[in-house]
Amino acid sequence: MDSTGIVVGFWVLAAVTIAGALGVIAARDLLHAIFFLIVSFLGMAGLFITLSADFIAVAQVLIYAGAISVLLVFAVMLTPLVSRDNGNSLYIAPGALAGLALAALVVFVAVDADWAQLSGDALAARSFPDTAATIGELLVGRYVLAFEVASVLLLFALLGAIVLVHERRDDDAAAARAEDGAAGDEEAA
Amino acid sequence: MSSDATSRPLPAAPRPATPMLRQILEQPTLRRAFRGAPLPVRLALVVVALGFLAVNVAIGALVVSGRLDGHWYDFRDLGNATGGLAAWLDDRGLGPWLSYWVTALIGGLGILSFVGGVLLIGTWVERRLLAKFQIRRGPNRVGPFGLLQPLADALKLIQKEVLVPLGADRRLFFLPPILVFIPAMLGWGPVPWAPRMAYLDINVGLVYVVAISSLAVLAIFIAGWSSNNHYALLGAMRTVAMMVSYEIPVSISLLSVVLFTGSLQLSEIVAWQATHNTWLAMILPFALFTFFFSSTAEINRTPNDIAEAESEIVAGFHTEYSGMKAGLFLAVELGNALLVGALVATFFLGGYTLFGLEEWVPPYLILAGKISAVYFVFVWLRGTLPRFRLDQLMGYAWKFLIPLSIAFVGISAVEASIFARADLPGLVVLGAFGVVNAVLTVVLVRFWARIAGYEAPQGDLAQPRLTTTVGGLRAAQRLRITR
Repeated sequence: MDSTGIVVGFWVLAAVTIAGALGVIAARDLLHAIFFLIVSFLGMAGLFITLSADFIAVAQVLIYAGAISVLLVFAVMLTPLVSRDNGNSLYIAPGALAGLALAALVVFVAVDADWAQLSGDALAARSFPDTAATIGELLVGRYVLAFEVASVLLLFALLGAIVLVHERRDDDAAAARAEDGAAGDEEAA
Repeated sequence: MSSDATSRPLPAAPRPATPMLRQILEQPTLRRAFRGAPLPVRLALVVVALGFLAVNVAIGALVVSGRLDGHWYDFRDLGNATGGLAAWLDDRGLGPWLSYWVTALIGGLGILSFVGGVLLIGTWVERRLLAKFQIRRGPNRVGPFGLLQPLADALKLIQKEVLVPLGADRRLFFLPPILVFIPAMLGWGPVPWAPRMAYLDINVGLVYVVAISSLAVLAIFIAGWSSNNHYALLGAMRTVAMMVSYEIPVSISLLSVVLFTGSLQLSEIVAWQATHNTWLAMILPFALFTFFFSSTAEINRTPNDIAEAESEIVAGFHTEYSGMKAGLFLAVELGNALLVGALVATFFLGGYTLFGLEEWVPPYLILAGKISAVYFVFVWLRGTLPRFRLDQLMGYAWKFLIPLSIAFVGISAVEASIFARADLPGLVVLGAFGVVNAVLTVVLVRFWARIAGYEAPQGDLAQPRLTTTVGGLRAAQRLRITR
């Protein structure tokens, strides 16, 4: 596991990830910040690959680099103050606090972990099974409750979004009166 | 040979009206060129053809006798050659990294050169086919049969000046033509060309393909945003909106493939179809349609190329790109069409297998044939269908494709669990599923189309008629009433 390729890969990917994250903070243009964020996401995906977590890596690319970034782009494009300077944010203090909390968590885990079990021969002795199948079995087996709770939460978010953007019933009725029969069916559906 | 053509004019054809038409009629065709050649040349050609046949028969005899199996010179699977090379390098004792790097380089260069070569010939094929659909001749001036036309186009594009529009985001403006190429190349990685001939046969290959294809939208968006042009930005926004909508049907339709095959690995999916002597297209017709249609939307092919609709927004996201940068966008569009062809073939049409023929013929040739078939359908659609409107496409994804795909995932989940438990022979069960799913597809599609308000066109379809419902002032008035 500690071969030269992995070590070089780790340092390069870590540099890319951190440089991307720094770019997010330093960029004055909001869209540049988003593109730096995507670079950072891709670097994270590479780091997951060096950890043999292939499914997580691909999911990182699919969800974060592919989907979340598009949502961010949409949000920025629909914001009236796109061209505003990225620097004068209101949220510097809470952001710094949240970052510090996350860093503390990472440091705690790093100190707490039993590294003798997670490196060298002990690591090489472990097998790395097909992670996708393992994750799938755990999701519908041991962690099924958390999985269901998360899906219910997502469903509520979806419903909430529909309720927020849906027009009021009076408008619907007016539109249905103006439309012919076929389109009326469409509204009912 | 032109003298031969004039000495033997086409029967009953009136004299061509214009010099242009006369020139077109005098273009050499393969048959006329062969007939016009002198006797020794014709004899030599026949001998070459017979020799080619003899060599093929000899190869066939070698294949049947089994003397080829698994050796490095087994040309039916180029993975044998690279595997042999890797083993030879390992024997030299230089460490595993050398054989790894060498085989990785060979594979990567192989994919690059294949895609590059196909891009060179592909534009010619597409233009000639489109010309056939539109009863034209297509490019036929540069080189034999116009084959050198793509080269001439590329030379012309390279000579052109690359302009950067005023107010463009200069640093971002130069990235997209390079960035769009990365997903188009990476997507070829997991596609298996033969049992040992997959470059990147990872066990999450299917998710990898979906993830990689979702990255292309970013390059397109950067292109549209950095151009400082309203049309480019409109095209970029349309692409992003389409991507958000059509990622979902693609993923859901591939979900039923995974349910049946029980694997995310592309080579396993092909192997499943080979062992059961079936194509998933027969069991999952609606998933095939969804994947194909959504892919046309994702890669901006007609009829779904609203991101660069020439009649509406000039050229969409690459309006401001000139010279070879625009050429790169056009080339990547073609490469993506081929990639989708490879994925459709792998997921739904049995990949490199063809009911046992892959033992005789090199499997990569079979896959190439299937890719060309799917690509032909793409060109066919481009030559036949008009472009959809943006709202039509979005409504089609959200109101039609996604609900029906979810319903079919439920159906195929039930069927997959029946298939895993049934004691009957696999072909019987799968055949029954095929019939049931075909019927269900027709019934559900008709039912849902009625609910969603899609209407079948009425009256005599062969007669041309003026429409008052699409476009124009009437449509605008109707829209104003409903909204």
